[in-house]
This record gives sequence, structure tokens and C-alpha cells, in this order.
Amino acid sequence: MGSLLQPQIKALRGLFCILFVLLLCCFGGKCELQESKPLEPVDSSTVKPFQNHNDEPQAFPDMERENLPVFTMDYPRIQVPFEFTLWVLLASFAKIGFHIYHKITIWIPESCLLIAIGLIVGAIMHSVKEEPPAVLNSHVFFLYMLPPIVLDNGYFMPTRPFFENIGTVLWYSVVGTLWNSIGIGLSLFAICQFEVFGLQDINLQENLLFASIISAVDPVAALNVFEDIKINEQIYIVIFGEGLFNDAVTVALYSMFVFFADMTVVESTDVFLGIARFFVVGIGGILFGVLFGFAAAFTTRFTHNVRQIEPLFVFMYSYLAYLVAELFGLSSVLGIITCAITMKYYVEENVSQRSCTTIRHVVKMLATITETLIFFFLGVVTITTDHEWNWAYIVFTLVFAFIWRGLGILVLSQIVNPFKTIPFTFKDQFGLAYGGLRGAICFALAFTLPDTINRKDLLVTASIAIIIFTVFLQGISIRPIVEYLNIRRTNKDLNTINVEIHTRTMEHVMSGVEDLCGQWSHYYWKDKFMKFNDRILRRILLRDNRAESSIVALYKKLELQNAIDILDMPFGDVSAAPSIVSLTDEKKETSRPKKKFLAADVRKMHDILSKNMYKIRQKTMAYTNKYNLPDDSRTREILIRRHTSIRRSIRAQSFRERQAQNISQAQKYYSLQPGGDLESAFVLRRRSHGGSQLDRLSDHLQASGVSPRSSSRSMLPTNRLNTITEVRNAADQPVPSFAKPHAPEQRGPEGPSFTGREPPVAAPRRHSSNRSNEEEGGQTEPVPPPQLPPPRVWMPDNQDTGENGAGNPLLRQSSQEFGGSKRF
Amino acid sequence: MGSSSSSSYMRNIPQAQVLIHETGFSAAHLLRLYERFQFLDKGSTGELRAQDFTAIPSLALNPIGDRIIGSFFPPGQEKLDFPSFVRIMAHFRPTDPNRSRDGTQLEPVNSRNKKLRFAFQLYDQNGDGNISRAELLQVLRAMLGVQVPEEQLQSIAERAIQEADLDKDNVISFDEFRKSLEKVNIDQLMSIRFLK
Repeated sequence: MGSLLQPQIKALRGLFCILFVLLLCCFGGKCELQESKPLEPVDSSTVKPFQNHNDEPQAFPDMERENLPVFTMDYPRIQVPFEFTLWVLLASFAKIGFHIYHKITIWIPESCLLIAIGLIVGAIMHSVKEEPPAVLNSHVFFLYMLPPIVLDNGYFMPTRPFFENIGTVLWYSVVGTLWNSIGIGLSLFAICQFEVFGLQDINLQENLLFASIISAVDPVAALNVFEDIKINEQIYIVIFGEGLFNDAVTVALYSMFVFFADMTVVESTDVFLGIARFFVVGIGGILFGVLFGFAAAFTTRFTHNVRQIEPLFVFMYSYLAYLVAELFGLSSVLGIITCAITMKYYVEENVSQRSCTTIRHVVKMLATITETLIFFFLGVVTITTDHEWNWAYIVFTLVFAFIWRGLGILVLSQIVNPFKTIPFTFKDQFGLAYGGLRGAICFALAFTLPDTINRKDLLVTASIAIIIFTVFLQGISIRPIVEYLNIRRTNKDLNTINVEIHTRTMEHVMSGVEDLCGQWSHYYWKDKFMKFNDRILRRILLRDNRAESSIVALYKKLELQNAIDILDMPFGDVSAAPSIVSLTDEKKETSRPKKKFLAADVRKMHDILSKNMYKIRQKTMAYTNKYNLPDDSRTREILIRRHTSIRRSIRAQSFRERQAQNISQAQKYYSLQPGGDLESAFVLRRRSHGGSQLDRLSDHLQASGVSPRSSSRSMLPTNRLNTITEVRNAADQPVPSFAKPHAPEQRGPEGPSFTGREPPVAAPRRHSSNRSNEEEGGQTEPVPPPQLPPPRVWMPDNQDTGENGAGNPLLRQSSQEFGGSKRF
Repeated sequence: MGSSSSSSYMRNIPQAQVLIHETGFSAAHLLRLYERFQFLDKGSTGELRAQDFTAIPSLALNPIGDRIIGSFFPPGQEKLDFPSFVRIMAHFRPTDPNRSRDGTQLEPVNSRNKKLRFAFQLYDQNGDGNISRAELLQVLRAMLGVQVPEEQLQSIAERAIQEADLDKDNVISFDEFRKSLEKVNIDQLMSIRFLK
């Protein structure tokens, strides 16, 4: 591993150097050009008068006839976008750099690394006496940089847990931020009163303003630390929500205090007005957000013919929400957040799968770039600007920030714990308090303070100091501290393998039974909203308001047509199909000699178990890393493996329903996803083995007999091959009866093409667009008793699908159809 | 839900009083279970089938989801009526710590033993009272990610049986199962808090 890294690191270092040099040249070039500019007007002014007099002797020689310039360089023309691109590229290279070595990001948060790189660049620039580009002003920040960050927060907010815990989240974020701002502001003001520190010219408003800036915490960065230890699940959503809402609160407070800072005298009416304004701003922002969210949802109802620009609507509408809220002086942050939350649910149903993916990726990308740039810039500015350093102010800022946050969390938890089903322990609270790193917004707000604030430099310095302090110190130390606090009382090795397996089984059982029970808390408003949603909102806003089965929604949500990614995952040392191995092994079970297990073996087993056992449901919804898209791979894996059993039982259900209700078939039929589906994925996988091997497999499985448990189920003929006609998805032409392409879920009883056995059997499904041809399969699928879980026969093969010469002619024909219809 | 409305509902619930007495659920909980039952029972047939359970998305994401569903349906039985549903759910009530250890009383449904039984029969598919290595392997396979090589699985299963198997018959009987878990707080693991 080390030897592999070296060339990569060297290449990267080379790249960095080149980029630095390039940047410096740009700045150098910029300086030169600015010097040359004043010369030109002088030239032209001297040349012109002489040209008017044709006969008089000319002091200056005629301008030579200019030839066509073969090679010119016009830097000023492209300067701004060029430099911007270079900065972004440099920051992105930095990100690539530290992800090469994975361990770094575990111990050091990314913001740390970005600031560090920024510091280095700043040092270089400073030594060359360059100035950083003066791009970060209030205008640019609030109109261009803040919206993507907040949109990202809002869009990836897990809505259900959020709304279920909304009280707690709002409590911590809003009240917490207020507490922090006012507390820190007042204490700093008290400190300023001491003459000895020389800070008396900072009045109360300015202190409060500064305090509101530095209370914007960004605890999301600490989430990946918390994931590894057993912290209360509610903490996740509180952290997420806090990071989101205290941006809104901070910006609102900021604008309020900036206004106050200009006033010389603040009266009590102003205070009341301020509070009133706070509410108006918040609620107004939310209203606008909801309005634009619904508008976006409604628009996407009609975009099925213009799929390419679907993502655009999401961005335009949310940006509009932001700007309109800004126009009225309302909370634009809240506006864009609520727009994103409102919009997401409906848009993701209306829009094609690819647009959905595009939207997510672009949102993440924009947010990451912006935040990266801000941190980077922070590093650069730290070195290059003039600082005003006042020991007292800065040290006290740090101290107070720490104290007030800790106190705040403590007090808030004490008040709210009795109302919660699962109270926050001290460990949770400590994690929450200590994980409060300051984020990019803090710096940006400080940097863009209006110049009318006196001692602005001091405030900027102080905010930079606190950011660097929290990010570096707290960010790096939080993991060891939390792990130290979290020493499990029972040493893990004392748990036997048995206990570990069985406890996990039981946890899964309980999670399953809880799902069976459903939600039991008093969700009166949620029920009302859901009814309203079903009856009115969905009808208006969704293009296809079929009450789709929630399983279908689940498949869609997890984007299961990308199943091939998972199927391609490299296996350990599986040489043959595991199912075969296991079956033959089971026969020889009794004759296998018992192995002696050493302690090292046992430890290795514990290791494997802890790393590979699926976590229970709540934990699989990962909110973890702010910089990555949410990780669904494990859930997808589970769903695929259970896919066949799910599908079978759903098919049986639909069969029953069909018999009962005689609904016209076409309506219930869901066409395939564009680009293929799981079925095609399976078929193609199997096909590429060559037909003969498949036959061998299926024969073998048949021969080894159905396991005694599934004797109640009929064994269907395994060599049944039906042709497949893949339904053209509705993405291209709106097909009336099959509206939205859905994940392959209902295929209806199309005869005995379903196998009792799982995937190794090659029985391509028949999909017929007109159900009139299909046969009534006489199979009543009995209720599947617990059976062998689908054996893991997705063998890793890298063959390209579609180039398979061997195999059954029928298979080949279907393969050609697939080859044509697969449009990845 | 005030008590007045609940009493009118109670009349609709089959065998309400018997169930309350037998399982220890409160009337309010029984009502909620009934509402949930009706919600799951999409066709309003008064009975649940396995497909109704499978349609719950979060259950679909459970690696041993089909076993859990199967444990609600004893072999041969396709449909589940409300009293049976409640009786099985009663297994997951938190244990009552004040229960007097009276030999004459029937063991309550949510005792530690019964909970362990429930977990045991998840493994033991063929109902012979023992967990064989194959059965353990199946569950293990379901719960582990696909990257784990088969040999590792085999050795883990082997080790598990070695640890628990006291009478050296290569299978884990219920007593051995119970003994291997004696240090574990089953009540906490296998109870749903809000069913108290």
C-alpha cells in the first residue's frame, strides 16, 4: 500500500507545485498589466492630433502597418473566470489529496485539512507579497455562496426523523443559538468594561453582533465520529437540524444586530421590535419557501417531455425562493430550506430517476465547492491580512464560547429531557457540546462585516482564531475523547461468538417487530397532514398519483437499477457458487473434523462479525458524512438479496387481488425502469456464464433436492424460457396506461415463469405490455414459509453483457433484445 | 383516544377481554394494535397474510425479515387473525419485574423463557428443537454482508456451535441456547418499550 501511494503522492505534489506557480504567474501578470494600462491612453492621445494634420511633419513616425498577429495573449479578458477556476481546481485537488490516504479523514476533519492547505497557500502568497483575490465580500457571499450550502443542508435533511423530532431540533438550534449569542455577547461586553484591556470602544451591540457570528456551529463535521460509538439516534438528527437551523438563526440575528450596531441608542421598543422581527422573518421565510416548493412540484408534473432540464427547476425555484425572501428582508436561509424540503418529496416522484440522481449530485457538488472555497480562503486570509490581536478579547472569546455552549447544552437538556422518550445522557450531551465546531459561515459573516463597525479587524481576527481553534483542536481531539469515554464495560472479547450473533439477530427481530407495530406516538398532526397530502396535495402535484406500493417506492428510492454495481462487488475467495459449496458441505457436515480455534482465530471472527453484520435499520439510514452523498449500499444489498422473496409474495398478493377484483390488467402494470432493471441484470449475469453452465447449476440444484423446509412449495420447471419483450419505458413517450417507470415490482401471474428456486435458474421473465396475451398461471403461490435465503450466487464476472455467443437460442434472442434496449 | 370512544371500539375487537387478561396489554394498547392490524389488513378481510407484512418497506430492509414474518405464521397456517397477532406481539412486552414467582401461575407470555423461545424458533426452521449447523449458517449468511467468504462463515458457525454445544451432539438445543445467553439482558434486548 505504501509503495502504491508514493508515485501518486509525488504526482500530486508535482501538480500542486505547478498550480501554485501558475497562480503566482497570474497575479504577477495581473500586476504587470495594470502597470501597462496607463501607458496606452497616453499613446493614443499623443498619436491622434498628429494624424489630423496630413501635411505637417510628424514628430512621431507613422505607425507601422500592423500585420495580422499570429499569436496574442489577452489575459485581462479572461482573468476573472480563469482565476476563479484555478482556485476551485486547487481546492479540489486538495480534497483529492487527502482522500487518497483514507485514515487521515478519520482522525482529522476535512475542514481542518482545507484550512491547512489554505494556510500553506497563504504563506506562499505572502512571501511573494501577493494579495489574495478580493472576491469575498458581502454581496458575493450572501448571494452566491450561501445558497448552495444551505440548499445542500435542506435537501439532504432526512425528513421523517426530522419532523418526528422537530421539537427537540428547534429547541436546541434556535434556543441554543440565542442562548449562546446573548450569553457570549453579554459576557464579552462585561469584559470590555475593564479598562485594562483597552476594549472600551466596543459597545454592546457590536459585542452581540460578534457573539451571534461565532455561535453558528457546524456540528455535522463531528457526526462521523459519533457513528462509531453508540450514541442515541436522536442525536444524529439533532446535530443535523442544529447545523441547519442555527445558520438561519445566526443570519437573522446578524442582520438584526448589524442594524442595531449602527444605532447609537437602543431603546426597549427596539428590543421588542427586534423580537417581533425575528418571528416575522422566520415565518415569512418559511411561507415563501413552501410556496416555491409547491410551485416547483407542480412544474415538474409537466416535465415528462423535457427530462433533460428537469434538474434545472429544482435549482431555479430554490434560488428564487432565496432571492425573493431576500427581497423582502425575510429569512432567506429558512426560505430555501423549506423550499427544498417541500419540493423534494414531490419532485422525486415526478422526475425521472436520472434527473433525481443529477439533482442530488449537483446539489452536493455545489455545496462542497462553496464550502471548500470558504475554508480555503480562510486559510489564505489568515496569513495575508493585517490582524489586530488583542489577547484579552480573543482568549475570553474562546473561553466564553466554550463555557456557554457547554452550559447551554446542559441546561437545555435538563429542561427537555423529561419530555423525551429517550433522554440524552451526559455522554450524549458532551458529544453534542464538544462537537460544536465553527464552520464556514462564521468566517464569512465576520469577514463581510460592514466597515462601519469599528475594531472590525479585531473581530475578524477573533473569529478566525476561534474557528481555527475549534476546528483544529476540538476536531482532532473529539474522536479520542469520545472513544475514551465510551469504553464498553464488557470487554468485547469476553462476548462469545454466540452471544454476538444472537444479540444481533434479536436486535434485527426487534427492529422488525417495531416496524410491524408502526409508529405509536401521538402523531395527530402527522396523520392529519398525511390525509391532506393523500387527498389533495398528491393529486395536484404529482403527475402519476397512483397509490404506489411502498415497496415500489423503496426500490425506486434506492435506485435499484444500479444493482449491477453491487453485483459487481468483488468477493473473497469464492471459487464456485457459494450455494453449491454450502449445499455439498451440508451433506458432509457430520463428517467434517472439528477444528481447534485459537484465540487469534476467535478474535478475527469477532472482527469479521462486527465489520460485516448488517446494522439494524435505524443505523442504516446514514446521515453521516456531510461531504458525501448518503450511503445506501448496505440497504440496497439487503434489498436485493431479499428481492426474490419480496417479489414473490407481492406477486402472489397481486394475483389474489386480480382474482378478487378484476381490475383491467393494463392499469396495474408497471413498466420497467429505463435502462433495464433487476431482472435484466440477473438474466444478463446468468447468461454470460453460458447456457451450459447454467443448466448444470440448475440441474445440480434440482438434484440436490429442495430443502426439506420448502416441501410445501411446488418446484417449478427450471428450464422454462420465455421470450422477453422489454417495455419501452414511459420516459420517451408518455404511454397512457403505464405512467411512470417503476422498479420491477408487479409482474402479475404470467404463468409459471417464476421459479421456485432463486436466481441461478435462467428463466427470463416475460413482460408483456398487453396483458391480454398472458396465460392464467394456475399457480397459487402459497404463503412462503421462511425458507432458504437467496443463496449468494451473484458471481463476480466481468464479462460484458451481450457478447455471449453460447447459450440457448431463446436466451440469445432475449439477449439481443436486451442489448438493444439497455441504454446505460 | 378517550375511554368513551375506546369502549365502543372495544366491542369490535374480537376476544378483547380474554386477550387483555391473557397477555397483559392495556385496553389502550390493544386498541392501538387493532388499529394497526386493520391498517395492515388492506383488503379488510379480518385476517392478515404474509404479503401484508412484506409490503412494509422497512421490514423489507430487514435481513431476516422473511424469518420474522414466518414466525408469525406457524407452518401450514396462511392467515393470521387478530387474537393470534396479539398473542405473538405479547411476547415483546417488557417483563414485569414484580411478578411473584408463584409456581402455580402460568408462565406469562412475555417471560424471559418465552422470549428466548421466540428467538430460538427463528433459527430452528424444521422445528426439531435443535439448531443445526446448516440452520445457523443460513441465518448467519443472511445477516452478513456479501463480502464475507464462505470459509469464514463456516468457521464462525463452527465456533458458535462449539461454544454452545455442551452435550457434543453438534446441534444447539434450546437449553444450550438459553445457557449461552444467560449473561445477556434478554428483557432489554427483546422488548418494545412502548408496549408496556
